Amino acid sequence: MSCLTVKDLKVGYDGHAVAEGISFQVNAGDYLCIVGENGSGKSTLIRTLLHLQEPISGEILYGEDLKRGEIGYLPQQTVVQRDFPASVREIVLSGCLPHIGIRPFYGKAEKELAAENMERMGITPLANRCYRDLSGGQQQRVLLARALCATKKCLLLDEPVAGLDPKVTAELYELIERLNKEGVTILMISHDVGGILSYCSHVLHIGKKVYFGTKEEYLNSSAGKAFLAVQEGGRD
Amino acid sequence: MWDTLLFYLAHAFVWKALIVGVLIALCSSLLGVTLVLKRFSFIGDGLSHVAFGAMAIASVMKLTNQMVLILPVTVLCAVLLLRTGQNAKIKGDAAIAMISVGALAFGYLIMNVFSASANISGDVCSTLFGSFSILTLTDAEVWLCVALSASVILIFIVFYHKIFAVTFDETFAKATGIQTGAYQLLIAVVIALIIVLAMNLVGSLLISALVIFPALSAMRLFYQFKSVTIASAILSVTCAVAGMLISILKGTPVGSTIVAVDVAVFAACCLLGWCQRRLGR
Repeated sequence: MSCLTVKDLKVGYDGHAVAEGISFQVNAGDYLCIVGENGSGKSTLIRTLLHLQEPISGEILYGEDLKRGEIGYLPQQTVVQRDFPASVREIVLSGCLPHIGIRPFYGKAEKELAAENMERMGITPLANRCYRDLSGGQQQRVLLARALCATKKCLLLDEPVAGLDPKVTAELYELIERLNKEGVTILMISHDVGGILSYCSHVLHIGKKVYFGTKEEYLNSSAGKAFLAVQEGGRD
Repeated sequence: MWDTLLFYLAHAFVWKALIVGVLIALCSSLLGVTLVLKRFSFIGDGLSHVAFGAMAIASVMKLTNQMVLILPVTVLCAVLLLRTGQNAKIKGDAAIAMISVGALAFGYLIMNVFSASANISGDVCSTLFGSFSILTLTDAEVWLCVALSASVILIFIVFYHKIFAVTFDETFAKATGIQTGAYQLLIAVVIALIIVLAMNLVGSLLISALVIFPALSAMRLFYQFKSVTIASAILSVTCAVAGMLISILKGTPVGSTIVAVDVAVFAACCLLGWCQRRLGR
């Protein structure tokens, strides 16, 4: 069943298009990877999908079981967070905020949800530690746990492995794959094409030519071959 | 020394000043953490200059209750500053600098041109650096201050978790359907309230100190949002009381004495924090 359908979307700022002609469909349980060169509009697309900005034209349709605001989001780290005095528990709990509505404080249900997601991400022993003292990989797990508190169905990850070393990167990919197997739909932006192509089920390529299809189709397409060649070349 | 202190404490005006001082210190410290972390420290500074300008106009108009003018003008400017920060035609800090120096200049100009007072520079100096007006508060002013601080504290407690989420990660909060714009507005209004309140205690140039120092001191020693907030409230109240008592005993200016105590405590917290980390590792 389709949970997110995008039709001929044009995204950009102040009426100036950054990327256009984007159409794709995400079904529940998919693992979609969004690739493209720097400046091709990946982040703008993400911001539009999350309703942080309005699309210039085109449609974003949500399936019956996915309401607007039910996409959990793993943003890139901001400067503010780097020296924020907050414990892991406080941050994970803040993901439950949409559930409490106008109530001023978290109830038992929210605290249990937070504890459950900390356990799922293996960060329960860190619960009282300060966020800024954690390693990059641990910080990403904290933010993942927070995103999981906000949603059970769909996660949108913006460059989750940026700045992590290869071992931690692999661990994080495995963690995300496990979540996907548990039924969470994953949408992920990454530069690390080689790494993600082994995990994802579908690929959306953004650039002058927009390509959408399953991973196998993409690897055999001209867009995919050209992009991978450039990426491989860049790595040498 | 104790005798002098007891002599002063026998007077009602000293108690009024202490109560108002404690309340203002408590309120100003609450949002300090948010302001420091959001890189908004200068908003406090800018708004205090706006409050100065408004006060100049109010005194020229010979309003008996100057709050009637100062409060709405400052709140309006707080809202404008946060809005421009988002639209980014003129960047946030430039907008703050514009509004703050503009208000300062106009305030001084108006006071000079229209004031009938014989001692203009004295008036200006006392609005900028605080005066002994805290020792001559009327009952009505004390009650207004109590009411305003009570509402600031209440708002802070009720919206504590929302303020945390918006401060820590505005994008995430917005993506999950939280009305971040509304909470930004709320924060702006509360800051404006605090500034207008604090102007009585330390004068408009020194308000930022009251807002940032306790938060920065607490951040040296604690690593959770809740403990940082509580510690900064305690530090702020302690410094305010200590500063006021010293100023009563030694006859020093109230505002600058409080700020001096704040600075000293910050230095002490830095040292303690350094020792703490040394011992911890």
